[in-house]
This record gives sequence, C-alpha cells and structure tokens, in this order.
Amino acid sequence: MTRIAANTPCRVRLILNGKERVGQAESRMLLSDFIRHELGATGTHLGCEHGVCGACTVRVDGVASRACLMLAVQAEGRRIDTVEGLCDGDALGDLQAAFKRHHALQCGFCTAGILNSCAEFLDKTPEPSELDVRDMLSGHLCRCTGYTGIVAAVLEVAAQRRGAPPETSHV
Amino acid sequence: MQAQSTVEALGRFAECGYARERVEDNALLRGAGRFGDDLATTAGTLQAAVLRSPHAHARLRKLDITSALAIDGVHAVLTGEDVREWAAPFAVGVRQPMQHWCLAVDKVRYVGEPVAVVVARDRYVAEDALDAVEADYELLDPVVDPEVAAQADAPVLHEGVGANVVNDRHFSYGSPDKAFAEAAHRIALKVRYPRSSCTPIECYVVIADYDVAAGTYDVTANFQGPFALHSVMARALKVGASGLRLRTPPDSGGSFGIKQGVFAYVVLMALAARKAGAPVKWVEDRLEHLQASSSATNRVTEIEAAVSAEGRISALRYDQLDDCGAYLRAPEPATFYRMHGTLTGAYDIQHLEARNRVVLTNKTPTGLNRGFGGPQVYYALERLMQRIAVALDLDPLEVIRRNLVPADAFPYRAPAGSLLDSGNYQSAIEKGAAEGGLDELKQRRDAARREGRLYGIGYCAVVEPSISNMGYITTAMTPAEREKAGPKNGAVATATVGVDPLGGVTVHVSSTPQGQGHRTVAAQVVADVLGLEFETITVNVELDTQKDPWSNASGNYSSRFAGAVAGTVHEAASRIRKRVAAIAAHQFEVDASCIRFGDGRVTVADDDRLSTSFRRMAGTAHWAPALLPEGEPGGLRETAFWSPPQLAAPDVNDHINSSLCYGFVFDYCGVEIDKVTGRVRLDRYVTLHDAGRILNPAVLDGQVRGGFAQGLGAALMEKFEYGADGSFQAGTLADYLIPTTMEVPEPVILHMETPSPFTPLGAKGAGEGNNMSTPVCIANAVADALGESDIELPLTPSRVRAMIGIDEPDAPEGLEPIKPAAGSGSALQASDSVDMPGDPATVFDAMLDPKILAKIIPGCHDLQAVGDNAYKADVTVGVGMIRARYKADVNLSELEPPHALKLSGVGRSAMGTAEGSARVRLTAIEGNRTRLDYDYEAAIGGKFAAVGARMLQGAARVIIGQIFSRLAVELGGGSNAGSWMKRIVDLFRRLFGRSKK
Ligand code: FES
Ligand code: FES
Repeated sequence: MTRIAANTPCRVRLILNGKERVGQAESRMLLSDFIRHELGATGTHLGCEHGVCGACTVRVDGVASRACLMLAVQAEGRRIDTVEGLCDGDALGDLQAAFKRHHALQCGFCTAGILNSCAEFLDKTPEPSELDVRDMLSGHLCRCTGYTGIVAAVLEVAAQRRGAPPETSHV
Repeated sequence: MQAQSTVEALGRFAECGYARERVEDNALLRGAGRFGDDLATTAGTLQAAVLRSPHAHARLRKLDITSALAIDGVHAVLTGEDVREWAAPFAVGVRQPMQHWCLAVDKVRYVGEPVAVVVARDRYVAEDALDAVEADYELLDPVVDPEVAAQADAPVLHEGVGANVVNDRHFSYGSPDKAFAEAAHRIALKVRYPRSSCTPIECYVVIADYDVAAGTYDVTANFQGPFALHSVMARALKVGASGLRLRTPPDSGGSFGIKQGVFAYVVLMALAARKAGAPVKWVEDRLEHLQASSSATNRVTEIEAAVSAEGRISALRYDQLDDCGAYLRAPEPATFYRMHGTLTGAYDIQHLEARNRVVLTNKTPTGLNRGFGGPQVYYALERLMQRIAVALDLDPLEVIRRNLVPADAFPYRAPAGSLLDSGNYQSAIEKGAAEGGLDELKQRRDAARREGRLYGIGYCAVVEPSISNMGYITTAMTPAEREKAGPKNGAVATATVGVDPLGGVTVHVSSTPQGQGHRTVAAQVVADVLGLEFETITVNVELDTQKDPWSNASGNYSSRFAGAVAGTVHEAASRIRKRVAAIAAHQFEVDASCIRFGDGRVTVADDDRLSTSFRRMAGTAHWAPALLPEGEPGGLRETAFWSPPQLAAPDVNDHINSSLCYGFVFDYCGVEIDKVTGRVRLDRYVTLHDAGRILNPAVLDGQVRGGFAQGLGAALMEKFEYGADGSFQAGTLADYLIPTTMEVPEPVILHMETPSPFTPLGAKGAGEGNNMSTPVCIANAVADALGESDIELPLTPSRVRAMIGIDEPDAPEGLEPIKPAAGSGSALQASDSVDMPGDPATVFDAMLDPKILAKIIPGCHDLQAVGDNAYKADVTVGVGMIRARYKADVNLSELEPPHALKLSGVGRSAMGTAEGSARVRLTAIEGNRTRLDYDYEAAIGGKFAAVGARMLQGAARVIIGQIFSRLAVELGGGSNAGSWMKRIVDLFRRLFGRSKK
C-alpha cells in the first residue's frame, strides 16, 4: 500500500451523481468535506463525523456508506451518489415525494443520509416489513420527527413500486 | 382580539386547520437547503478551531501560542488578553460579582471551556495548531454534584461570590404553613432530574467579520433567539445594537432551544475575525457540541404536599436546587422562572411555598432546552401525585381528577400568578381515557401481572406554557431589586406582509425556525386572509437585525409561533386586506364592507360582475397611485407588532404570569420490564393535547412525535455523564445515546381544541408538551411496575436491573472485568501478568535502565533522567481515533530488588491529564524465567475521557500490557500477551470501524 503524508495534495476524480468530477484533496481530507466544500454538493450533511448519526450517508458504488468515515482519496474512480441525484428530472423522485406526503422531515438535516440508505434498501428489499424498515433506519439519528413519517414513507414507496396505487395526499 | 371567520368561502376550503404538505420540503428533499455551513462565504474567509480546557477547574497560568503561530497556514490565535482588551464579560441575570467572558481569561471552570481560538487556512490546519498551543494550568478541586456544591465547605467557582449558590429566593403564596398544619397527610418526595440535551443533528455554525473602518461586527449564525440576547452579545462586544449585525441562515438543522447557546460563540468568533483581520468561519463538531455547547439543568427537588383524607391537595412546598453549570449564562436562571407561575400544574391548589436555589458546578453552562423547566418541575410534581395515590391507596388517575382546575374556572389565576387561559381538563382526561383505550390497557396489565410479568401503568397531567413573558426572568430578583432595575414584561411578536408590483405576496417573520414548518403555516394563514392560493405566497424566515423588523422577543422558543407569530402574521395580512378592500371599494364605487376576497380575486358581494384579480387590484397601489382612494399612500407593505396585555411584570408579591397560553397534555402509558435484561418496553403510549386552535394538524403531530421521542430518550437513555473530577464522559453519539427507530414506538396521539381567548387565532404552542410529560409518565409506569418510590432517570437497563435486584451476568470467559477505581474521572484498575526470560534480578535491572525504559514505553519519543529513577518523558498515546502527546513524569519507586517495584507516570497534554501506576512483582519460575505480575490503576481526564469512556479500559490495558510485553521482547523472548491484545485491537476496529464498503 502506498503511504502518503497527511497533507499531501492529491487529485481525486470520481463520478458524482453520474457526472465526472475532479478536485483537489489533501490525503487526510474526509470524503464528506470533499463532496461538500471541494465539489460544492452541500446536500450531504455532517452530524457527528464519527460514524454514528448517519447524516453523511452517500452511496459509494451503490452501497450506502458514511462519507465521514472515508477519505476523499479512497473514492478515487468510484461512483458517488448523493441526495442531489435522487430527483426525477426536476421533479421529486417517488421516495422524496413520499417523504413530503408523510411529513417525514422537519429540519431536514438528517434527511439526505436517510434518503440514501432508503434508496439502496429499496433496491435490494422490494418487500420489506415494518421491522425491516426500522432495522435499516436504526443506523440514522433523526432528532425532529420521532421517525413515524419516515417509516411510513418507505413502506409506501415499497408498495407503490410493487404496483400498489399511490396514496392520495391529505384532504 | 379573536379573529372572526378568516375565510369567506368563495368556493375554497380554509387553509388553517388543513394538513398542508410543507413548502420547506421541496428544497430540503433535493439537498438544496441552505444551512449555515452551506452558505457562500466572502473570499479569504478563514476557519477557526477552539482550544478547550481539558480540566474542570483550574487556574490558567500561561498560554504560549508561539509554536502554533509558526505552523504554515495559521493566521492568528485569539487569547484571553485580546478578549480583555476588546470585549466585556456577558451580562448576568442576577446581581453577583462574577464574570463570564466568551473565553477563559484567568480560570477555567468546566471541561470544554474555550481557552483560545486558532484561525487558519482550513479546519485541518487549525486543529493541528490547537495541539501546538501550550497551556499551563494549576489544577483546583472541582465540584460536580449540586448538593455538594451548595455546602459551605465546597470548592468555590467564583471567588468574588464566595459561594456556589448564586441566587436563593423564597416564595410564599396563600397560607401554606396553615394548610400543612391542618392537613390529614403530608406526603413528600425527593427527586433528582439528570442533565441532558435535545442535541440537534446540526451543530453550531458562526461566520463572523469585523469592519475596521466602522468598528462594527457582521455575524451569521444559526442562532434561534430569543433576540433579547442580541443585547447581551452587543454589550459584550462593546458596541451598540447596530454595531452587531446578526443574520440567520435560511435553514437550521434543529435546535430545540440548544442553539440559543451559540450566542457566546457569536461574540467569540466576532473577536477572532477582528484578531485575524479576515472573515472567520467556525463549525462546531459533535464533541464540542456535546461537551460544551449547552444543556438543560439538572435539578434536585424536595417536594411535599398537604393532602386531605380524600386525596385533595391544599398546599405544595418545593425546595429546588437547579444546577446551571459553571456560569450563570443568560437567560438563566430562566429554567426556574419559565415555570414559576405554573408550579401548581394542572391542579387547583391554593397554597404554595417554594425555595429556589441556583447553584454553580464545574459543568457546562445551561440554557434553553425544549420543555425548558417543565421536565424538572413535572418530574417532581407528577411523581408526587403517583406517590399520593400509593400512600392513600387510591387510583393515580383518581388523584389527578380530584385536583384538576375546574372546567368553569377559566381563565384561572394560579397562586403564583399564571393566568391559565382556557381548557377543560376533565373532558380531556375522559376523552384520553376513552379513545386511548385505558380500560383495555388495564386489562393488559392485569393479565401480564397474573403471568408474573413486570407491567405498570403511569399517568401524568401537564399544563404546557407557551409564549413566554420576557419579564418572568426578573422574578429571580427581589421586588426591591426589580424596582431599581425597572419593569420588564411582554413578548413582542412581529410579522410583515408585502405585495409586490406584480401582485405577489411575500411574508417575513422573525421567528427563526429550525424545522417547525413556519413558512408553511404562515402561508396558510395569509392565504386564508387574502383569499389566495397557498402556492402563491412566499415566506422568508431569515433574520437580519439590520434590515428586518425584530424585537427582543423574536426567535423560536417557548412554543410561541402558533399563538404569537402566526397571530401577528394574521394581523399584518388583515391590514393589507383592509387596504386592498379600500382600493377595490374606491374602484367599484361600493362600500368597503361589500368587498370579498377569495379564489385569488377581489369581488363585490352579491355582484360577481364587479370582480378583479387580487394581483391586479393590489398592483394598483404600485402602478397607479393616482387611482387610489384618499388616505391610501401607495405601495403595499404592513409590519405588525403584537404584544399581549396579559403579560405583566411580576408584582410586589412575586406573582408572575410567566406565559400567555397554557395548553393541556394528558398522557398515560403501559410499560413492561424485561426481568432478565432490565429493558423498559413501552407497550402503549397515549398522549392527548389541547393546544387551542390547530393551524396545521400534520405539523402539530410532527411536534408531538418529535417531543415524545426526545422525552422517551430522556426517560430511558440520555444523560450527560461527568466523572467525579469533572471530566465529561459522553463526548460521542455512541456514549450519549439518542433513540433510534428501534426504540421509538408510535404513540397514540389525540387532540382537542379549546381556543385561547388571548391569541389572534386562538392557537397555543404545542412544541414542548411531551418533553415535559413523557419522562415522568414513563417513570410513573416503571414505579407502578416495580412498586418502587425512588426512580431516577434515565431508566437504562443496568439501572433497572439494579432496582429489581438482578446482578450483572458473569463476564465471558477469559475477560476479567475491570473495576472502576474509587475517586476521580475515568479511573480504572486491574491486574495481569506476563512471563519473560531471565531471572528476576535481570528483569528488575532492565526496568531500571533508562535505555530500556525508553524502548518499552509505547509511543515514547524521548526520556531524560531528572533524578534517581525519575524521568521526564515525551510520549504519544492514541485511543481509537484520537492521539495526544503527553509531557510525562515517570518514576520508579518502592524498589525491593529484585522482587518488586512501582512504576508510575503522570502526563499532561492538550487532551487532558493521564495518571497511572503499576505495582510489579517478580517471581522466578521454571526454566530461568520470571513471572511479572502487575496491578495497575489509571485515571484519564479531558478529551480521552469524553470520547473514549467505552474504550478506555481496553486501551489502558493494552498500553500498560505493552510496556511489559515489550520488556519481555527486550529481554529476548516473546510474551504470552498476544491473544487478548489482538481481541482488543479487533474490538477497536469494530467500534470505530471503517465505513462499510
Ligand atoms: S456525520 Fe457521518 S455518521 Fe454522523
Ligand atoms: S428532520 Fe431534523 S434531524 Fe431529522
């Protein structure tokens, strides 16, 4: 394994939400800082920087991962998907729309990370039980919502994707 | 001023009362929110890191910043000297000779207290430089326990005051002595409420700049108010209010009161920017946040009730000791006085006595935290209600019922002064019991108990105050002191509604939300008043003290939005409506009373032909002033200020109406306790809220659920742990546990609506009820399940296990448990042994050889003899992800060649202190080998203690073990220490695992 000194500047090239992006990172720079401040994708948030809260979760080659526990240089050549890539064109994607319908966020600070975990989860678990959903979400801390709306939104999207008719909005 | 019907249904439904999806979510869900750390900064903005005290109580003797400044990329270091020159201490809410500066100038009084600020090119470099600042401390005895701190012989934090109790007030309302003398029963209870915080997921962010030319500061911070603190900040910076331009970002990632505490860092970073001569940005990290931002108070309360034979309470007596931490930081001692008028809760109790003492200890200063004062008061009061039921052998709900304020008594003046505005507590309880299925819950309990399971039901009834009286805090002063200081009262809310030349409506409120959907609800209110589509209304919630209307009560606290701010939005919108109606009446040549608003149009009643779009009609005020009626000045913008007359200053007898509105919360729950693990499982939680008129039910339910989850955390999981030496031991979210999806069940939420007569829309606040009710409701259920009276939060499995008398299970084979040593901090002790080659004399001599000693101490860079078997060493120690370089004194003593010696070390580093000693015994064993047995003790303070409590035992074991295993290697052999070390290293890997990839 090559050893690089902590503050050696490195060039990092990765695929962010489908687009190739290149930036400078000292070898010790966290992936989260790189995405936010070097590439300007500030939708990924930091709540603890020690791997517990889940706010920084992005998908690395499709797998939900803590951006605060990875160095930018480790992302070289990889596909990084963040909340900014979840939309359906200009419109909210189905998962985002369900979050809105179910009031699954308040301050929205935890939301990006949660959406990324849910996105991966729903790809892999088309028929989740409530317990499955709760288990997946237990890697995230949300201080605002008490989680009810989040669980409901994920279950609803799973059902929709299986072909159940979408629930209408409140009225 | 109760609003009359705000909508004249021209074919559209009312927005208010409708569960409108939130307008905020559109940006937040796309990752397009703009939080403090997302904002564009001025070119040349530098980053700050804060050097913090590793000690709970010490004199700061010297600060050497030379090496820090020498680091490439470091621009400046702000120290106490600069602060003394440019700033003043923060104003304090009680008259005492104590100083609180934004940075320690002579003493440090809590672990994490700012000592210096390094400003550098980036945060990474700034943090490097923190390690290079050399701070020299003279350690003083700390005091952590509030009851100890209140004693006469306790170490004193503020010498000028001479004691740690900095405010002591006695209150008496009615004739409590007489009532107690005449009572059939006197029932008393002592409770301790622990320290915790609602810990928003976004930490503090400050971006500060200093204008040398004007001598003014410009700061953006995710401050939440109250903006009364703007005056405190400006005075600390020695400028007038206009000399501190304070702005808030569009989005803020939660606060729950806690972001009030960023105000101290607004001042600190403003000074850092001045020192650096450049804009400075500081983003607090989680360790900083947990250990040093702010928290709720911990409180010790003795409470007693005078009770009749039937369970009717005639008098209450409180003796409360509130621990505000190391400094009385504004707005403390508000935690006491926010609840003062409401100390009798939901009950009709005529006589009341209270003694309130504020005590300072070597802990983080306290401040706003959701529920503010409520959890502490209701924990005592509602636990007492349950005790009364047990003592009199009554049903706890029956005791609650017998004492409630009568339904026909509203508005009801409580003895300490609260004017309970509206409610019907009896019907709320009946509704809650019926719709929440209380009878069925009791059957579940009975069935569980028949099977021998531990099951209990808890109740609580809570009055939830909202819209704080800015004058309540002065109740901490004596009437004579108040007289001198001048009256303070009221709660001014403000809102602005403007219509632009194209007829678009923009609303501004100075309520600085952190996720409560203010933009959505304000738009709903305006849509109703002006008869417009919700989507057409733009709401801005950023606050700029230089440009926007605001007042000292502005901000997001005391659940003031629905009652005060939304009501003021209604008032401003109504003024616009009145003006547009006058313009329309003039154009249509009818009386203004005939004008109707709806469907985006302005129409004459009963004559549909006379109808114009709102946009066009309102646009007239900009485009064609000549067409306006007399007296209409043109342009369309209205700023309303509103302050309710009911919020008077405290009177000479200390009566204070501490809040404008008083909602009602009735909760009950069933819990089952696992007899093996001690886990408390919520079987069902029912919570009924009467928060007056409901503006958006989905937003309201969100508040209830969030508050419930936090209340559950406070009941079962959360506590800021401190060591006896004042070291902070909950510095990560793996140490300070917050409920996840797996811990939070869905509560049964019920509502009723008794409008407030005192707010424009009849709404009351509802954001804090469950933070007040849930902790004690769960505690009451656990008390019922276990038949215990002494319940202390958080009810963690280990605490519950201890209560039900289950011992800890044996440690797994091969892992002998390490006992925490008595005394200070993260102290621990254990023993182990190693075999090594050579006879005891060889081993003994090797240990006295400095060359060998230097090699066997892990991380030793240098070892210099300073006396007989005494050395100065330079050692780097790492635990998990943090490492620190210690200057250590190493000694070998109690020498009994070749059988025994003692190896000890004391080290200091930027991360705090570490002390350890090992008693070594050498025994000859077969094959010219020696068995080295050692018992060691270690105590670690500072950052290691804060982030590594879970890992310290293992780490100490590894590090001390390494000394002796390396000795074995030096002597030419291996050691038998490999397997457990590997286990521990593996454990570290798991705990602080790399990201899963
Ligand atoms: S910021 Fe990465 S897990 Fe908390
Ligand atoms: S929405 Fe605020 S933390 Fe989850």
